[in-house]
Amino acid sequence: MSLSRRRKMLPWWFALPGLLWLIVFFAVPILNQVSVSLMSGDPEKGYELTWSFATYWDAIRDYHAQFTRSFGYAGAATLIDFVIAFPLAYFIAYKAGRFKGLWLLLVILPFFVSQVMRTASWQLILNDQGWLVARMQDVGIVADDGRFLATGKAVIFGISYNFLPFMVLPIYATLDRIDRRLIEAASDLYCSRWTAFRKVTLPLAVPGIFAGSLLVFIPACGDYINSSILGSSNTTMIGNVIQSKFLNILDYPTAAALSFILMGVILLGIAIYGRVLGTKNLTELAG
Amino acid sequence: MTTVPESTETSRPPAAAGDAAEQRDICLEHVHKRYGDQTVIGDLSLDIEQGRFYALLGPSGCGKTTTLRMIGGFELPTSGTVRLAGQDVTQLPPHKREVNTVFQSYALFPHLSVEKNVAFGLERRKVDKHETKKRVAEMLETVQLSHLAKRKPGQLSGGQAQRVALARALVNKPRALLLDEPLGALDLRLRRQLQDQLKQIQRDIGITFVHVTHDQEEAMSMADTIAVMNGGAIEQQGSAEDLYERPETSFVANFLGTSNLIDVTPESAPVDHEFSRGTTVDLEPVRYLTHRAEGYAGPIRIGVRPEKVRLYATDQEPPEGDNVLHGKVVQSTFLGVTLQYLVRTAGGLELNVVEPNLVGNSAGTFGAGQDVQVAWDARQTFVVEGGSAGA
Repeated sequence: MSLSRRRKMLPWWFALPGLLWLIVFFAVPILNQVSVSLMSGDPEKGYELTWSFATYWDAIRDYHAQFTRSFGYAGAATLIDFVIAFPLAYFIAYKAGRFKGLWLLLVILPFFVSQVMRTASWQLILNDQGWLVARMQDVGIVADDGRFLATGKAVIFGISYNFLPFMVLPIYATLDRIDRRLIEAASDLYCSRWTAFRKVTLPLAVPGIFAGSLLVFIPACGDYINSSILGSSNTTMIGNVIQSKFLNILDYPTAAALSFILMGVILLGIAIYGRVLGTKNLTELAG
Repeated sequence: MTTVPESTETSRPPAAAGDAAEQRDICLEHVHKRYGDQTVIGDLSLDIEQGRFYALLGPSGCGKTTTLRMIGGFELPTSGTVRLAGQDVTQLPPHKREVNTVFQSYALFPHLSVEKNVAFGLERRKVDKHETKKRVAEMLETVQLSHLAKRKPGQLSGGQAQRVALARALVNKPRALLLDEPLGALDLRLRRQLQDQLKQIQRDIGITFVHVTHDQEEAMSMADTIAVMNGGAIEQQGSAEDLYERPETSFVANFLGTSNLIDVTPESAPVDHEFSRGTTVDLEPVRYLTHRAEGYAGPIRIGVRPEKVRLYATDQEPPEGDNVLHGKVVQSTFLGVTLQYLVRTAGGLELNVVEPNLVGNSAGTFGAGQDVQVAWDARQTFVVEGGSAGA
């Protein structure tokens, strides 16, 4: 092989380990699960590949409520996280000065404790006789004889709490990268501070907001820990269904089909979301 | 209601002090700027006339950019007053000042096309859409970038980005344009080319340009008035010729080109109605124009540019009326266009001499170790400093 030819091949060799990784740990399980989702049978006698597409339709028919709930909870949590994370990231990027590192550490500090542990301790904190629930009853968030635990609100709260850092970090990263002179330039070109924020800072932060929303929304859709610890049978999310189908009932085809439906819907959602933020917000809204 | 008028032609804030103030476009009065206990600008005053190309020239850290940023409103002076067209704008934020800035790194908005970048200021001031479109197109035409209107800043070369930044500022028809090292990031050839363009544009539209640079050649080739800054103060201002031929401080004498500086003890009485005389460390007499040393008492420092000096062999007769010093050639360098000599006198005075290469062979040149006479026209002598008369 000639030298120039070999030079051209070099990047492909670099990609090889990653490619193998993807094939072994992504493509193989996916293909395997696709075939599982098309099997039929029962746990006693085992499953056989019968190209049974009906599993998908049955899954949608039986669990559309859980799907809808999952997207609703995940969407609400994403929105809540954005509202909390953007000002926080803005503060860390522009106002925290030499304490930036400390603030970022505080944001990711909860990760040092297992998610199950943290969520379980919220279960204790939010118990019906607890101080916090009493205060929420005082201000009317919770009805006087009502509870917070085992409600949809508690699950949304748990998801928001658990995934907040995934929203903060990417938004912080994009805000921190914005050249301060752009803000000066905006102010030179007759922007008040608010207009400069609206016309320059915000559009430039869109990639971070996009990344953050995906990092929160996607895992939140499939989450089952928050619902099982903070929720009740009325707050079952699709993650709980998949988990129980897979680990308790051993109905592998339905579990696999549910996973693929979830994946498909999320991919479609991302495509639409990316299109809206990508072309519209960046070029047209900013102008 | 914004205080920014639609354009400088149609409305102009009333001048505070009549016509004289009207002529002075930008005016700093006793401006100080301190960061903590560090003084960046100490008691700086300057006047810039309407329509001037004014350069703030100095080494990095001299306060030139800070001065520009105070005019633009990006920094507030610790004390002192900034006036634009006679109006006190010291406390006004940038977006309420009638000036626009071309930033050092251009600071183009990366999410907007070239066209949208240029339209940005007009849109913020709610200029009519049709009018905006027309003015943006015209301005892009002026900077020869019409064909790149739809590009994003990331797809532009340095020179193109620089011109977009210029267009984005000029399209607003500001009273003055502030340029912070606008050519600093470009290579030499492009820089020279854009210098000419910038000067041309300034002449065509006739507004005041305030240009910050550390490149003396850039300042000299473009500016009508150059203010040389050092240590947070203006050392001297004037035309390129003023500064080069008659520098008033050692710093200016060596920041713009190079100079031979010679400490001299003046004689008490002038030689005639024009000249005074003093003696060097070698006790040789040198003459200088009396009025240039006005206000100085005691020892002074005089100077002469290396290219104004000529060398003569000891048996040659320098022209009548020249200052003549005697020394030995220490170093002789052939540079093609010129010949450069370093000459040392008995008293240790070192003089640089640059002679044009007229002879074309080594016969007419001086080698190291040779005794020579160093001579220059006494009128070419400038006086850079000395004790003040009152001291």
